[in-house]
Amino acid sequence: MSTKTTIPDFRITPTVDQVGVEERVARFTTRSIKKESKMQGMKMILSMIDLTTLEGKDTEGKVKQMCYKAAHLHDIIPGLPTVAAVCVYPSMVKTAKDALIGTGVKVASVSTAFPSGQSTHEIKISDTKFAIANGADEIDMVISRGEFLKGNYNFVFDEIAAIKQACGKARLKVIFETGELSTLDNIRKVSDIAMYAGADFIKTSTGKISPAATMPVTLVMLEAIRDYYYATGRMVGMKPAGGISTSKLALQYLIMVNETLGADWLSNEWFRFGASSLANDVLMQIAKQNTGVYQCSDYFSKD
Amino acid sequence: MARIEIQKTYKIYIGGQFPRTESGRYYPLKNKKGDVIANICLCSRKDFRNAEVAARAAQSGWGSRAAFNRAQILYRIAEMLEGRKEQFISELLLQGSTLAAAKKEVEISIDRMVYYSGWCDKFQAIYSSVNPVASSHFNFSVPEPTGVVAIIADETTSLLGLVTAIAPVIAGGNTCIVLASETKPLCAVTFAEVLNSSDLPGGVVNILTGTAAELHEHFSNHMDVNTVIYYRNNKAEIKTIKENASLNVKRVFVYNKINIATEKAESPYFIFDTQEIKTTWHPIENIGASKAGY
Amino acid sequence: MSKEKKLKFNAAWELDPAPEDSKHVSIKKQYDLFINGEFVKPNSKKYFATYNPATDEKISEVADADEKDVDKAVKAARAAFGKWSKLSGKERGKYIYRIARLMQERAREFAVIETMDGGKPIRESRDIDVPLAANHFFYYAGWADKLEYAFPNRNPKPLGVAGQIIPWNFPLLMAAWKIAPALAAGNTVVLKPAETTPLTALKLAELIRDSGLPKGVVNIITGAGKTGAAIVNHPDINKIAFTGSTNVGKWIQKSIAGTDKKCTLELGGKAANIIFEDAPLDQAVEGIINGIFFNQGHVCCAGSRLFVQESVADIVIRKLKDRMETLKVGDPMDKNTDIGAINSKQQLLKIQEYIEIGKNEGGEIYQPSCSLPKKGNFCKPTIFLNVSQSHRIVQEEIFGPVLAIQTFRTIEEVIEKANNIPYGLSAGVWTDKGSKIFNLTSKLKAGVVWANTYNKFDPTSPFGGYKESGFGREGGLHGLGAYLTI
Repeated sequence: MSTKTTIPDFRITPTVDQVGVEERVARFTTRSIKKESKMQGMKMILSMIDLTTLEGKDTEGKVKQMCYKAAHLHDIIPGLPTVAAVCVYPSMVKTAKDALIGTGVKVASVSTAFPSGQSTHEIKISDTKFAIANGADEIDMVISRGEFLKGNYNFVFDEIAAIKQACGKARLKVIFETGELSTLDNIRKVSDIAMYAGADFIKTSTGKISPAATMPVTLVMLEAIRDYYYATGRMVGMKPAGGISTSKLALQYLIMVNETLGADWLSNEWFRFGASSLANDVLMQIAKQNTGVYQCSDYFSKD
Repeated sequence: MARIEIQKTYKIYIGGQFPRTESGRYYPLKNKKGDVIANICLCSRKDFRNAEVAARAAQSGWGSRAAFNRAQILYRIAEMLEGRKEQFISELLLQGSTLAAAKKEVEISIDRMVYYSGWCDKFQAIYSSVNPVASSHFNFSVPEPTGVVAIIADETTSLLGLVTAIAPVIAGGNTCIVLASETKPLCAVTFAEVLNSSDLPGGVVNILTGTAAELHEHFSNHMDVNTVIYYRNNKAEIKTIKENASLNVKRVFVYNKINIATEKAESPYFIFDTQEIKTTWHPIENIGASKAGY
Repeated sequence: MSKEKKLKFNAAWELDPAPEDSKHVSIKKQYDLFINGEFVKPNSKKYFATYNPATDEKISEVADADEKDVDKAVKAARAAFGKWSKLSGKERGKYIYRIARLMQERAREFAVIETMDGGKPIRESRDIDVPLAANHFFYYAGWADKLEYAFPNRNPKPLGVAGQIIPWNFPLLMAAWKIAPALAAGNTVVLKPAETTPLTALKLAELIRDSGLPKGVVNIITGAGKTGAAIVNHPDINKIAFTGSTNVGKWIQKSIAGTDKKCTLELGGKAANIIFEDAPLDQAVEGIINGIFFNQGHVCCAGSRLFVQESVADIVIRKLKDRMETLKVGDPMDKNTDIGAINSKQQLLKIQEYIEIGKNEGGEIYQPSCSLPKKGNFCKPTIFLNVSQSHRIVQEEIFGPVLAIQTFRTIEEVIEKANNIPYGLSAGVWTDKGSKIFNLTSKLKAGVVWANTYNKFDPTSPFGGYKESGFGREGGLHGLGAYLTI
């Protein structure tokens, strides 16, 4: 990131018209994706998944099972990619890291008192450092939504910048919990704050609040990424998380990425899906494309 | 020795001023006995041009005035008419009316002006609409003045035809150029004096005298006129007006089947004829539990 | 930053063709005239071909109606008028409801034929033209027995026989806009579709026949300008409703000058689409795209003059160019096509001529990198930068995917420029400030103003122009007045 980048006044970030955003989204959803392009899209989806378990009841056993699935999505079908990463709590990072040695699958850890973010600065920093020390490749932090809604944008900015510093070489994903931010204008504003504060990825949701990721929210974030890229030359990644469980919907997200940011973002370096059940639906669709018959979920492992 | 009476000079009314016709032409107006009672301006194409310029210049200001303010000014015109009642009656007598008919014509004219004064801030509510479109938009339609209206007024009356023609047009925020009755032009000029003392901005109403035979061509082919209204019965003139209107897609209204002495000649639909309907769309944001909309 | 900042669209992931199936659609080899409830041979015995503009292949041929055919149609409409106008509003409404429902049932068939005959993308004919057409019938059906509520203190009566002439840009939708209010008001109809796009109107004729509408209430005849002239000049027609070019509209107005025919005209436009610096810019860019590239720009209300406030001009143009890169131009039957075929060779030549004029006038042209199909009539979406009010491409209606872009500094300046045109059909305004919107919407001389949106249509919403864009409104309560004496 260039040191010359001027930080804009976040009180006057661009406005967004919700109805217009939904109309644009409707255009993406009417794209018809067939044959080879569909197969290509579905493999892309698999490779972009952050396979996620974020439960109070998570155990090492559960995490290990999920990690195996992450690297072996459906071995009956040759040529499938692995997912991009697994996403776990800090306490599970070490287990995941060990389970994934040699697979190329990255380990992402949530941090900063996920999912509410209601804790002290020190705890958030140490939460992050703990995950990094255990081998996390990526950190998924949550912002302080309360401070944001109070208009305390400097607080939000500084907190992200501090976590980014704590991350060292690990990539930082900043979760907005868009379901708590109410308007698309807010989502545009917080996107700008996060990117200028150093986020490598911006992410919609924790998965704990409804609504989680939606296409309109994601579009506003993609547009913010595009404007930021033009302003600074730095690419920022996008991760919608929660609520994307079908391949059809995931393909529509990819169309949206392709038509908003273009080819450079169509890889797991710059786009991720935070999801737990999406992979199997995509696998069923791939099997259907290969065999010509509709599939049954009992033939696909649920880890 | 009897005092020598001061005779009135009948001029035309353009942009709030009382010029003579630029052409210098006139025609003598005679009473029943054949005596010349006045020399009336025989207006030319250029007078019309000047009047149109004045009308156009006045239009946006008049059209954007508060409707309530327009109502007050129309009411003020009625007040001034009432005050000059005797003068109008005597002019009508000069032009051949009976006393009863003259009185009636003036009274209907005054009442009609009051009637349209009342409509100034009400017709919008009758002709506008909120349209319940299926998408998430607020959509409403409102009437707006069409602009500059050229009127060839009723030939058979001196005052009532003018009032009937002018009132709905200016009530709706338009400005106009009116050709008065050729054979009964006296009240037109006095009516202009009423307008001039009624807070009506100059240029909103412009009154010419002369012949429709000469002027209908120019009333209808001017490219900066939006609407032409014609109250007479000459079929050839109607055809020419409609043909010329196609030069710039003018709106044309021919009101020659209306008995202007009756209440049939007053209605908000006459205001509506010189209105354009404008429809505006705007998105309605939808955040929250239930869908917003109208 | 030394790195080049450019987004790459359509580089990594090309969508495979996704053509709409047309096998279920039946198109006859030849169509006759629909007069008095049945298809009859034309007096002239002449037929002319209608082509698919995307492939230049002949689809079918349709009858060329001459004066005698027009007379026959008018006589049928006149004969039907008495009974139809005396039928109770409730019953009339039920027939119109029936037409609406039948159209919904056959929607896909209509969409496919509309796209084959006219070149518009199937996405638009399927999602916009056909549903709106059906909705228009449904909306006006409900007015048939409520007319006295539309015109307080009046006793509205139908006019008689309406002669209706419609253009090629929205063939079925315009037929619906014309026929639905006419029938609801109790008139009978002689309708002529445009010569390059007659098929959906003829399919509508079949549908109307199937609906059981009394014979002669709707007559649909095909032909070119001469047929249209015969309708305009027929002495027993009470009303002319025309949608099309301003030149033809003026000719119609002149032609009927000596008659008592009522008339509504929906003519050309050259709408200003105005973007202020405080607008939601990404949505505004989408509005620019919808404004000028919807239906290949064959839209009378197209936002063909773009005004961008200077402070955001660079960013808006950049966003616009990026968005244009993502537009898919090509086979109209492909579900992913955004811009289909230009309606006819003749229209394509006219558009290309204007593009040349724009270049010669010194406008800076930009077109995206998309490739065009080798066959058929196609035109790249085109924008011209650095143009001024006196350029011909700013003043004249092109009726194609060509946008002229000017910048402005102040609100007074842009209002003056926006209104500085003989047309007055529509306008667009983009700003986040409510009071500015109302200032603009009030001062723009246009029949429809889209604020923070563009090219939206609805049966309940009146549509029509100021100045040389015509007179009368179509749609909504105001659209009824055109078909009644009140």
